[in-house]
Amino acid sequence: MKGLLIISGLGILAMLAEIFKFKKLLLPIVLLGIIAAFALNFLEWQTRLDISYFDNMISFDKLAIAFSGIILLTAFFWFILANNYFDKSSSLVDHFALVLFALVGALMLTAFKNMTTLFLGIEIMSIPLYVLAASKKEDLKSNEAGFKYLIMGSFASGFLLFGIALIYGACGTFDIMKMRMFIENNASQLPLFFYVGVVLILIALLFKVSAAPFHFWAPDVYEGSPTLITALMSTIVKTAAFAAIFRLFSIGFGSISEVWTSALALIIAASLIIANFSAAMQSNVKRMLAFSSISHAGFMLMVILANIRTNISLDAIIYYSLAYSIGSISAFGILYNVSRKGNEDISAFNGLSKNNPLIALCMTLAMFSLAGIPITAGFFAKYFVFTTLIGTPYKWLLILAIITSAVGAYYYFKIVIAMYFNKSEDDAPLNIENSNKFVIIISTILILAIGIFPSFVSEIFKF
Amino acid sequence: MLTVLLILFPFISALIVFFTKGRLARNLALTFSVFEFIIALVAFVLFTHNPNLSILCFNHTWVQSLGISFSVSINGLSLLMILLTTFLVPLIILSSFNNLQELSSKFYGLILLMQMALVGVFAANDGFLFYVFWELALIPIYFICMLWGGENRAKITFKFFIYTLFGSLFMLVGLIYLYNHSGINGLKSWAIQDLYQAGRALNLDQQTAVFWLIFIAFAIKMPIFPFHTWQPNTYVNAPTQGTMLLAGIMLKMGTFGVIKWLLPIVPLALDKWGSAAIALSVIGIVYASCIAIAQKDFKRLIAYSSIAHVGLISAGILSANQQGVQGAIMQMLAHGVNVVGLFFIADILLRHTGTNEINKLGGIRNINPNFAVLFLIILLGSVALPLTNGFVGEFLLINGVYQFSPIAAAFAGLTVILGAVYMLRSYQQIMLGENKDSSFGVLARSEKLILVIICIVVIGLGVYPKPLNDIAEQASKDILINIK
Repeated sequence: MKGLLIISGLGILAMLAEIFKFKKLLLPIVLLGIIAAFALNFLEWQTRLDISYFDNMISFDKLAIAFSGIILLTAFFWFILANNYFDKSSSLVDHFALVLFALVGALMLTAFKNMTTLFLGIEIMSIPLYVLAASKKEDLKSNEAGFKYLIMGSFASGFLLFGIALIYGACGTFDIMKMRMFIENNASQLPLFFYVGVVLILIALLFKVSAAPFHFWAPDVYEGSPTLITALMSTIVKTAAFAAIFRLFSIGFGSISEVWTSALALIIAASLIIANFSAAMQSNVKRMLAFSSISHAGFMLMVILANIRTNISLDAIIYYSLAYSIGSISAFGILYNVSRKGNEDISAFNGLSKNNPLIALCMTLAMFSLAGIPITAGFFAKYFVFTTLIGTPYKWLLILAIITSAVGAYYYFKIVIAMYFNKSEDDAPLNIENSNKFVIIISTILILAIGIFPSFVSEIFKF
Repeated sequence: MLTVLLILFPFISALIVFFTKGRLARNLALTFSVFEFIIALVAFVLFTHNPNLSILCFNHTWVQSLGISFSVSINGLSLLMILLTTFLVPLIILSSFNNLQELSSKFYGLILLMQMALVGVFAANDGFLFYVFWELALIPIYFICMLWGGENRAKITFKFFIYTLFGSLFMLVGLIYLYNHSGINGLKSWAIQDLYQAGRALNLDQQTAVFWLIFIAFAIKMPIFPFHTWQPNTYVNAPTQGTMLLAGIMLKMGTFGVIKWLLPIVPLALDKWGSAAIALSVIGIVYASCIAIAQKDFKRLIAYSSIAHVGLISAGILSANQQGVQGAIMQMLAHGVNVVGLFFIADILLRHTGTNEINKLGGIRNINPNFAVLFLIILLGSVALPLTNGFVGEFLLINGVYQFSPIAAAFAGLTVILGAVYMLRSYQQIMLGENKDSSFGVLARSEKLILVIICIVVIGLGVYPKPLNDIAEQASKDILINIK
């Protein structure tokens, strides 16, 4: 909870930076703030405080702390990457404030105990992102991205609100635990509109994680937004939305899982197929990563689908979020540096192994991790998903996941091939600023470290 | 500890080689790989004195909560495979010394990394560790084929990679399924003995599923008909050293896998489905032999002959009797050596004459009779003439398949006849007859050295196979004890 408060405070502080002229100090302050939030978060874990705040609106239990830890870690990396990106623009302060507010929303989504907090979290997270997506003001594509994201996102929020209203109508409460009890006690006499509400909420949240068939906005928005904002959307937003789905559906609607599981299974299957085959066709790396994030969404949903109350699936989803976030932040960080010249196609990576061997190696490992090749983190993430799913009736989904994983390897390796195999047009060595290098290297080390010692993560997040 | 050293040493040497340049890299790589072979020989000597030495085993918990441990050991089967690997890698590195363009240090580093993964695959005693090494072996060879392959490499290597990855993932599911059924009191474990037990406790339907899931991975790696379509193009397009690694050692990962990781796990399914798998193998033998006869390109011919040979090996293993498995182990050793020799000969032909097309070659014996003799010896080993290394294994294999089914043995036996047809005919056209191209010249020192070493092994193991054969016999007994 203290972490959430610190981040909110930072957001307000960031807005003041312009007025009180401490713009230069802003980044260190933000980084220190995030570290402090992370540390306090961790302390809450240690002391096992399970207090709920604001009349049980929000409560940082173990699940919430684990997810917010991942989000804060990613945010820390993100701010270092963003350091020189906003340097030149006059609107550094606005950007930082917006991202910090989005972060507040993300943290709320991990810890909500009440439908209103869920809705607030989604809105607090989304509205800054609509602005950020369109933040390259003179770029047509960026404007298009912001506009699309806004319209589609508002629709999803509408669905969410409608769903919440219907469920409130059926249960008479916003509180998730009370709702759960009500469902358990009146399982046989729930009205039809209650189920409609559940499906509407599911649709709204799946929209946020861009699972097929609610994914159509994702490629355009990912491509049009500034690369770093895309990185934000594909890591923090995804993780937060997942935490929300996980909490709401495994805790809130866990006892009526037969209503939504078969629909979810079909959605996962569609996500895997559409995303992987579309990604294989892309030449723009950002679009490719957008589709790849849809496919990863499918994988994470699989964990929710698998036996939702076992510890292993909890481990699995946290590990997956962590592995995916780190791999993505590394990949986007490199893409951001490589595409400085304006070329975002795979051909931008041509000859990177000669121009900057270290970064090429980091990119290779990030791609390996996203593709799920041992001994990277992504492999264990996939492994956990397979293990949780193999004991369920959804074995056909497992087979599908394998087939699409092989397709996935195909397009991730396209980049690896471009780096090592194709010749670049100019042999100018690629210089990367030290701060960015730092993030890329640290995240690469993390990819390997938690890939080789996966128990490290599951030991920390022991429930 | 010795086993860990066998795995770690190539890894460390690969790191060192990566950071050197030019000639130093290749010389270092050669020295390191020779050292590795010496370590393997030490292991061999220790093993023959006492197979249960604790120095040959190593066990350390890796991920406790998941029951994964870093558990490696050397038993008879893995010892032979490691000997084969460590024997071939120096030869493969040496064979690159006469390449027209100098290869970079990355190339040698990747070969050594590959060696690490291969030794790991053969030594692993933990299902998870086995899978990790299995996948790791794929990455260096992917880069070797991708960076130094012939034209069209991108497409062909992709096919190879996707094919094998696909198979591996199926295997992973199969292994996870076993793992989920392993252990007592909810303590699951990846240890090989626990997986054996878990597998045998399953009913027929479950075993069938596991059998096919795992078998597909091995069948693709070997490759067995109808999963072989990646193989000829990959072999032809890869750089010679890559082809040698693929055919000489990587192929054995598949057959090794069937022996150690499939036979003892699913005896019921093997009873029911073994004949189907044998049928596939035998179809592969006849099919690949017929295609080999029609080949005009020598390298491609060897690629197809390799499918035929491995078909026989897999039929022998799947017949699951003493002769079959023992013969398969012996034939794996022989085939590894011979096929590396043959691919090296194809490489020499290509470098000295500029072509691998059988029709364009001819009369090389007139120019270089020494080469002709060495070629002939390796070729005879490959067609399994008595007193060459190929004979012991092939004899036992056909014997083993015959015990399973005389009809299958009749078809499998065709490999001997058809093999002689395409091998001897290509020899006749390439080496004998009139000179079509007089540019062949003399062999370089390192080329001669490699061919002589291989010929010594071909004849030596043909005349006196006993030490290896004893180990193979014991190893196959140890495996089959689990089935009966």
